[in-house]
Amino acid sequence: MTLKVERLVVEHGAIRAIDGISFEVAEGSLAAVIGSNGAGKTTLLRTLSGLKDAKLGKVSWMGRDITGMKPEDLVRRGLAHVSEGKSVIPELTVKENLALGGLWRNNKTELAQSIEEVVEIFPRLGERMSQRADTLSGGERQMLAIGRAHVSKPSLLLLDEPSLGLAPLVVEQIFQTIAMLCRDRGITVLLVEQNALGALAIADKGIIINLGKVVAQGDAKELIDDPALRSAYLGY
Amino acid sequence: MQQVINVFLIGISIGSIYALMSLALVLVWRSTRVVNFAQAGQAIVTTYVAWEVVNRSGSFLMAFILAVAIGGLIGGLVESGMMRTLFKHASDGPVAAVAPVIATLGLLGVIRALVGLIWTNEGKRFESPVSTAGFVIGDTTLPFSRLNLLIICTAAIVMIVFSILFQRTNLGLALRAAAYNPEIARLSGVKVSMTRTIGWVFAGAAGAVAGILVSSNDTLNPYSLDVLFVFGFVAAVVGGLESLVGAVVGGLVLGVGLSFITFYLGTSLVFPTAFIVLVIVLLVRPSGIFGVKGARSA
Repeated sequence: MTLKVERLVVEHGAIRAIDGISFEVAEGSLAAVIGSNGAGKTTLLRTLSGLKDAKLGKVSWMGRDITGMKPEDLVRRGLAHVSEGKSVIPELTVKENLALGGLWRNNKTELAQSIEEVVEIFPRLGERMSQRADTLSGGERQMLAIGRAHVSKPSLLLLDEPSLGLAPLVVEQIFQTIAMLCRDRGITVLLVEQNALGALAIADKGIIINLGKVVAQGDAKELIDDPALRSAYLGY
Repeated sequence: MQQVINVFLIGISIGSIYALMSLALVLVWRSTRVVNFAQAGQAIVTTYVAWEVVNRSGSFLMAFILAVAIGGLIGGLVESGMMRTLFKHASDGPVAAVAPVIATLGLLGVIRALVGLIWTNEGKRFESPVSTAGFVIGDTTLPFSRLNLLIICTAAIVMIVFSILFQRTNLGLALRAAAYNPEIARLSGVKVSMTRTIGWVFAGAAGAVAGILVSSNDTLNPYSLDVLFVFGFVAAVVGGLESLVGAVVGGLVLGVGLSFITFYLGTSLVFPTAFIVLVIVLLVRPSGIFGVKGARSA
C-alpha cells in the first residue's frame, strides 16, 4: 500500500524534465520532494496526477499500475492534486470550489459532511462560503485549494508548493494543517516544496531532486542535518 | 410615448432571439474556444425539420420539441464526431488556431448544400403558430402581436431553464468549472471531454429555438439564418463571449437598439449599425460589457 515511482522519465519536447526518478512513499506517511526551480518538481506531480504523460517508467498506487491514467479517473481512486499557485477557480464561490471536489461522488449528505470538515480545519473559509474565491487572500486561497482536495476524500494528497508567496505565519499554519491531515486522518502526502526546512520539518521522508534526478533520499531529519546537502541543495 | 414602448417591445422580442443565438455561440466558445460558424447551418436544418413537421402534422409544439431535440443531437455529433478529432490532430502550432474555425465554416457549406438538395433553394413559407395581428387596446392596434409575445415567453423560458441548470445543479457547476479552468476541473474529477460535448448539445438546442422563432411568419431558405448568426455573434461579443448573462443582455440591447434604428432611421441602417457596434466594442472594450479584463488567457 505505497506510492511507488519506478525509473520515471518525462520529457517536455526535447528536454528531459524527469530523468529516471525512483522512490517510494509508505502509506500514511508524509514525504517532501525538495528542489530548486527547474528541478522537475512540478512536472513530477503533474505526471503522477495524470496531467502529463510519462515517456518511460511506472507509477503504482496501492499495488495498482496508474501510469497514464487520466486525472479525472485518478480522483476516483483517491488521488488529489493541489496544483501550483493556489489552485482555485476565482469565478466560483468558496462553496462551489469546495463542492467541485465532491461532484464525482454525487452524494449530497457526504458532500455536506466533507464541507463541514473543511470548515472545522479552516474556520476562516466558513465565514466566506458565498464569496467569490477571487475575494480571498493568498493564504485563504491556498486553504480553499487544500479544502477542495480534502472534499474529494483522497487517500493520497499531492501538494505543489503550498507555501509559495505566503506570509511566514500563514506558511506555518498551512504546514501544520498538512501534517495534521497526514497524522490524524491517515492521508498519504507527497509535498513538493522549495521551502526545504519547513517541509522537511514536518516530513517523514525527504527526496531531494536536481535537474530531473534524485540526488538524495532518506529520513527527513537526517537530510536536514547533512552538511553536504545543506550547502548544495537545501540553501541554508 | 406609446410608440416608444411599442418599438421597445418589438426590440425585446427580436432581441430575445438574438440572445438565444448568442447563447448558443457563447456555450460553444466557453466549452471549446471555437466560434462555431456552423451554428447557422445546424439551426437551418432544425428549422427545416420543424417546417416539415408543421406541414405534415400541423402541430407547432411537436415541431418545436423535435427540432430542439435534433438540434441538441446535431450539436453533440459535431463536437464528438468532428471537433474532437480535429483537436486531437491539430492541437499544436499556428494551424491549431485556425483549423477549428475553418472546419466549422466548411461544415456550414456542407450543411447548406445538403439542405438545398433535400428542400431546394426555393423559399418556403413558415407560418406563424399564432396570430401576427397586433394587440388591440381600445381603438388603437399595436404593432406588438401574439407572435411577439410567444417569442419573448419562449426565449424567457429557455433562459430560465439554462440559468437554473447552470447555477443550481451539479452538472451546471461542472460545466462552469470546466469552462473557467479545465485543469482544475479535471483534477476535481470532472470529465471535461464530456462537458464539452454537453456544451455543444445545449448550444445546438438553443440555436434550434432561435431558428424556429426567427423564421416564424417568414420565408425559409438555406441562407435565411445568416443574418441571425451575425447578430447573435455581435451580441455575444458585446456580452464578452464568456458570459451567459452577457450573451442575453447583449442580445436584448442589440435587439432594442436595432428596433429603434429601424423605426426612426430606416431598415437600411440596421446591418451597418450592427457592425459599427461590433467595431466600437472591440475597440473600446474588447472583453465585452460583462467580460473581466485578463480574466483568462487561454
